Amino acid sequence: MRVVGGVTLVALAAGLVMAFGVAPREMTQGNVQRIMYLHVPSVWVAYLAFAVVLVASIVYLARGLEGADRLAHASAEVGVLFTGLTIATGSIWGKPTWGTWWTWDARLTSVSILFVMYLGYLLLRGMIEDPDQGARYAAVLGIVAAFNIPLVHFSVYWWRTLHQPPSLMKPGPGTMPGVIVAALMVNFVAFSLLYVYFVAKRARLLRREAEAAA
Amino acid sequence: MWKDLLVERRSKETLNALFFFALLLLFVFQFAVGPDRERLAGTLPGLLWLGFILTGLLGLGRTFVVERENDCWEALRLAPGDKSAIYVGKLAGNLLLMLVVEAILVALFGVFFNLDLAGVLPALAVVIGLGTVAFAAVGTLFAAMTAQVRARELLFPVLLLPVQAPVLLATVKATEAVLLGEPLGSVAHWLKLLAAADVIFVAVGVLTFDFVLEG
Repeated sequence: MRVVGGVTLVALAAGLVMAFGVAPREMTQGNVQRIMYLHVPSVWVAYLAFAVVLVASIVYLARGLEGADRLAHASAEVGVLFTGLTIATGSIWGKPTWGTWWTWDARLTSVSILFVMYLGYLLLRGMIEDPDQGARYAAVLGIVAAFNIPLVHFSVYWWRTLHQPPSLMKPGPGTMPGVIVAALMVNFVAFSLLYVYFVAKRARLLRREAEAAA
Repeated sequence: MWKDLLVERRSKETLNALFFFALLLLFVFQFAVGPDRERLAGTLPGLLWLGFILTGLLGLGRTFVVERENDCWEALRLAPGDKSAIYVGKLAGNLLLMLVVEAILVALFGVFFNLDLAGVLPALAVVIGLGTVAFAAVGTLFAAMTAQVRARELLFPVLLLPVQAPVLLATVKATEAVLLGEPLGSVAHWLKLLAAADVIFVAVGVLTFDFVLEG
């Protein structure tokens, strides 16, 4: 646990150095573009977290392992946190670039739908007193929500982009210079480690809570 | 299912209240939009589905209330055979109830907002049918989940609405096109999305209902 924490810290520091020191200043957007090094890994972690919720929920319903339930719970919390971070960093980037904090762009909308969907998941967990019942209901909701993600994506994409061409946020990987890709990769690794660390910590806390209650 | 329909026919409790509620919604919508015809035409698909959702939330939220109040929850749990049959039965009952209310609502919209719906009715029925199945499938599942929770009236819509977001987008867009007289082929992608949502939600409901009922 300590080791994971330490490695995460080092990786995050390396990510910051890469983002602010090594990566070049972007030509048109200037330094504002550097927030991408936080924004893109955040959304990656969010999706990773929700995928883990799905798998853990299915495992819990099939096998009844309490550990799987705690993993789903911890992962959902961290996922909501990183979805929030994605929206916040995106807003900070959008204000100087698009001139607005928020617009009903396809990706913004779909991420915000995910955000409220999993907030509802956490709300459900908080509202049910019987832990066994809460775990089962949350698992069902975790499965429904995960299957809903592709539907959200298609619907929002068609809703917005049938009428207007894809917006600014289309950085094709082919057009990015190697340094930027490297900086991004370092941050991907760092954020993934951070995710593992957070979830492990939170799951352990949940286990202690359950033990204390028992 | 037949028991639910029978109870409903005898009491007409839910249907009467929902009908009255739908009528009140029309008043509210009229006040909100005002008499401007053009603005009304633009907002009509959204308003129509808003009406369906609000009545649906009230109707579906009550799915398992009768069982809870009459202490039949235990009986449902102990019932022999496949639990998913209970889900399918409840879903069919809800579907029927919603479709009846929706038909009434569409007719009321036609009369009060002076629309000529006769020509687009078959296409409209397809869109409404597909959307309602998705709505009722998730709604029935979540209604069972929230039936035991204290703040059930609050939690049910809070869980259901975000999950329904893609279905709503699809239905509103498709309804808009249909009301403008476009053929169904022009909204085929929306209809496919709705059909996919129907299949996914019903399948998840059938597969997981067992676990919901256990507690």
